[in-house]
Amino acid sequence: MQDSHTTAAHHPAFQHHFETMEQQRQASTLGMWLFLITEILFFGGMFTVYLVYRNWYFASFAAGSLTLDVTLGTFNTVVLIGSSLTMALAVHGAETGKRGMLVGFLILTILLGATFLGVKAVEYTHKFEEHHVPGPSFRFGSEELRHFHEEATMLRSTQIHGVELGEVQLFFSLYFAMTGMHALHMIIGIGVLSVLVWKARHGRYSPEYFAPVEYAGLYWHFVDIVWIFLFPLLYLITRHVGVHP
Amino acid sequence: MGFDLPLFPDQASTMATRVDYLYFYLLAVSAFFTILITAMLIFFAIRYRRSRHPHAVPIEGSTKLELAWTGIPLMIAMSMFVWAANVFFAMNRPPRGALEIYAVGKQWMWKFEHVGGQREINELHVPVDRDVKLTMISQDVIHSMFFPAFRVKQDVLPNRYTTIWFRPTKVGRYHLFCAEYCGTKHSGMIGHVVVMEPAQYQVWLAGGAQGGSLTASGERLFRELACDTCHRPDTGARGPDLAGLFGKPVKFAAGGSAVADETYIRESITNPAAKVVEGYQPIMPTFQGQISEEGLLQLVAYIKSLQTQKPAEAPGAPPAAAAPPPRGTQ
Amino acid sequence: MSTAVTTAESIHRRRHYLNADYGIRSWLLTTDHKRIALLYLFSITFFFALGGLFAVLIRLELLTPAGDMMTSDTYNKVFTMHGIMMVFFFLIPSVPATLGNFLIPMMIGARDLAFPKLNLASWYLFMVGGMFAMYSVVTGGIDTGWTFYTPFSTTYSNTKVIPAALGILIAGFSSIFTGLNFIVTVHRMRAPGLTWFRLPLFVWANYAASLIMVLGTPVLAITIVLVFLERAFHIGIFDPRLGGDPILFQHLFWFYSHPAVYIMILPSMGVMSELISAFSRKRIFGYTFVAFSSVAIAVFGFLVWGHHMFVSGQSVYAAMVFSILSYLVAIPSAVKVFNWTATLYKGSVSYQTPMLYAFGFLGLFTIGGLTGLFLAALGVDVHVTDTYFVVAHFHYIMVGGVIMGYLGGLHFWWPKITGRLYPEGWAKLSALVIFLGFNLTFFPQFVLGYLGMPRRYHAYPEEFQVLNVMSSAGASILAVGYLLPLFYLLWSMRYGPEAGPNPFDARGLEWQMASPPPTHNFEQVPIVSEEAYAYHTAQEVPVAG
Repeated sequence: MQDSHTTAAHHPAFQHHFETMEQQRQASTLGMWLFLITEILFFGGMFTVYLVYRNWYFASFAAGSLTLDVTLGTFNTVVLIGSSLTMALAVHGAETGKRGMLVGFLILTILLGATFLGVKAVEYTHKFEEHHVPGPSFRFGSEELRHFHEEATMLRSTQIHGVELGEVQLFFSLYFAMTGMHALHMIIGIGVLSVLVWKARHGRYSPEYFAPVEYAGLYWHFVDIVWIFLFPLLYLITRHVGVHP
Repeated sequence: MGFDLPLFPDQASTMATRVDYLYFYLLAVSAFFTILITAMLIFFAIRYRRSRHPHAVPIEGSTKLELAWTGIPLMIAMSMFVWAANVFFAMNRPPRGALEIYAVGKQWMWKFEHVGGQREINELHVPVDRDVKLTMISQDVIHSMFFPAFRVKQDVLPNRYTTIWFRPTKVGRYHLFCAEYCGTKHSGMIGHVVVMEPAQYQVWLAGGAQGGSLTASGERLFRELACDTCHRPDTGARGPDLAGLFGKPVKFAAGGSAVADETYIRESITNPAAKVVEGYQPIMPTFQGQISEEGLLQLVAYIKSLQTQKPAEAPGAPPAAAAPPPRGTQ
Repeated sequence: MSTAVTTAESIHRRRHYLNADYGIRSWLLTTDHKRIALLYLFSITFFFALGGLFAVLIRLELLTPAGDMMTSDTYNKVFTMHGIMMVFFFLIPSVPATLGNFLIPMMIGARDLAFPKLNLASWYLFMVGGMFAMYSVVTGGIDTGWTFYTPFSTTYSNTKVIPAALGILIAGFSSIFTGLNFIVTVHRMRAPGLTWFRLPLFVWANYAASLIMVLGTPVLAITIVLVFLERAFHIGIFDPRLGGDPILFQHLFWFYSHPAVYIMILPSMGVMSELISAFSRKRIFGYTFVAFSSVAIAVFGFLVWGHHMFVSGQSVYAAMVFSILSYLVAIPSAVKVFNWTATLYKGSVSYQTPMLYAFGFLGLFTIGGLTGLFLAALGVDVHVTDTYFVVAHFHYIMVGGVIMGYLGGLHFWWPKITGRLYPEGWAKLSALVIFLGFNLTFFPQFVLGYLGMPRRYHAYPEEFQVLNVMSSAGASILAVGYLLPLFYLLWSMRYGPEAGPNPFDARGLEWQMASPPPTHNFEQVPIVSEEAYAYHTAQEVPVAG
């Protein structure tokens, strides 16, 4: 016990209230997973609210969903999945001690994340221009309704009735709340990755110690997974319209 | 102030008796366990005090005892659950043929409307020994209708009707409280329920009616809002005929169905697009914000009165109500 | 045993966590769990005093039936801020953030919590949250009740809802990080040989409470975010006029706020296990059952939130499910009370101050728990919910239970924390005063509740006055009871006789080190070879006293 304590103490990242480097690693890994569980519950609350209202106000939600740009959404989904790959490669670089690979893929991940946020900004701007932002200026006019009815008829849906302004606004409220909260997580993630880039360039990580990279990776993957749920829930509701006879 | 110290509330409804019996059972169980634990604590603490019993005897535990004091409380708890659920069911099942009264809660007053058109504020007159059912809605925040002497309470929600029922057993004047915190004058949102002998109640009814019965007011509103241009009994009508609608299942154009209750009728007026009846187009305009909650209640009462046959009620129902509905439940 | 000083050097000559460093910086930047515990101790005492001040105002107003002392707006703000301060800024952090923070590393043989910096950050978050809540207080207050029911809180109230809600949100993150820290510490930092079933029950209880903090608090956080968005931008999520459902808010709110009661009471129950064992000189009767009952409470606690909503208009069948589950969560609490009582059997019971608090806890918690059965009983709940019956019930749990445990634990470990003894006579007196004052304050409220007096009433019908006067009289006694420890504990920090490492001759790793403990707790990590509460093995060498 005492031996391992003194030997491990040589590593600069070792914190002295731990007994061994291994104990430190296990503790921080568990901590990271617990943190992700709290994140799941945080988003879980919003998902619950979303599912309740989507069930009650299906038509309104479908109509709201139709105004979202599926192409941009799909593009962003691909971008994020790609960034998960680059993040995983960055972690691999850290694991194998290839500093260039680590730094390169971290930067690539940041760029992909920024691309995602950029596209999101474009989408938000459209929503502002179309007055789809909840609040006093909210509008959801006959044009959108006609579009919705055409689409629904094309899909031979009978669920075309019951679109109601307040409920559509509720859809957009949840859209902005959920994607906004997700974007906030992305921004935090990019900040964390930037710090990692800086530290990695100064050679702080090695195959013996790369825990921060690993945890940032876990976080990044988590944020991606949230999007994997958000995308179909928000953008692809109408693909579901034909199911109920 | 005098020395007025009541320790038990008035018992003035059939439900009060049932709740109190259950309450006494719970009290007895609680008293038993409180005394048991206190007595054991005191006995052990004195019997095994350090000066008399300096060396503790190591006792690890006893699975038998653990099972006993898990199992026995569990069984007692289940008996409480069954009894209490039974009472709760009765509270939530208003008996048929109850006297219907409508209530609107708003910051910070209670408004009541009787079927005969009598209106009152913060005071409710009801006859003794008759089931009374209140259909309630809030104009703003959540309130709660609470009659301590009847042991019943129900939250009053915006946008949705809830009901409460009781059968007063004692003539008298009892408290009516708002029990859900609703803002500045929450504690001022109080009133009284006056339980009267049937004869006196009739006298009170006769003195209070203004502007015709609730259904008559509803009918007038129905005409004023021109609802009858579409909701007609003939086959060419653009809207479903409403006679005999209340309490029947309705099928929707979007699939699914629901029983036409008060909340459904209200929703169909304020938000007609939400649930369009099968075979009709979503052409009805919304009346959201254009009719007061009282007006909505009058319309609901009117539509409820359009039963095919209802002997005791709705003397002023129009002839259309008597005609059988042309197409099934529509 | 009080001569244990002989084994240790005097407080002044030895280096320990209190004199390791001086100056305000050494406190504000500390990562020592013991110092952070003290930071929490002082801050929550402040919030407790503030919450208590509001309670005094409430009880003064309710002396007379007419709302004559303050306006109803003021009254509504006062009870709201009493609730917010007490629940979020005193009760939830009370035992875990102070005693838990101080003791858990020592009890498990660790030098600190797993994440000391996070621990300090938790305290800062807590203080920032507290500042936001204070800001709401000084800039006009908030009148929604601590429950923030919509649509009142989102649309109708025109008070400072947003800063108070943000304060609770931020303090919530502090709670999440504390829970996370405890869980990781208990999993990963136990000394060799210290298996799960050798852990002190205080650690089990805090572990269970931490699970709730980590799993429940994020839901509160997102609920507050939604309320904030709703209030700031009127987006309609809980506003019925825009299609939202106010009942959904209640579901989300109680999904956290019911388990939150267990965040408060479980650590306090853990304190009880330590006290009862130490002062009857026996291992806790049925150790494993007491340990598992904590976890059972934490798990079942998540499934009973709907019992706050029996008259809210939820379906009858949902109400039945929540009712039966509420009975199930009562059972593990009953198991604990029976086991504590049985621990006294053939023990060697002494009546020192912490044990008096333990007796008080058992009495008050029994009443609080049993009256919970009334509220789980659907048919009775309809009558008593939202009345003073509920107020009395949860004060018996949250004040009678949590504060008795908190004060009992504070007295028990005070010699460890400060290295000094408090005056026993004064301490016993205050324990007695608190017990009597508490009962006089809150027992009449059960009667008031069954009579039908609704809670949060600024004015009330005259027939309720006598009981309200009794309650207010009790509250003044209670206030004296709470002020006494403040004075004599502060006094003892300077003038109390030195305590020595183990003045109560208790078991547990924390008692094996000097008082106050050295900064890193253990020179060498201990190797544990004994069960917790090994009083019987020590009895070959009988101790005096």
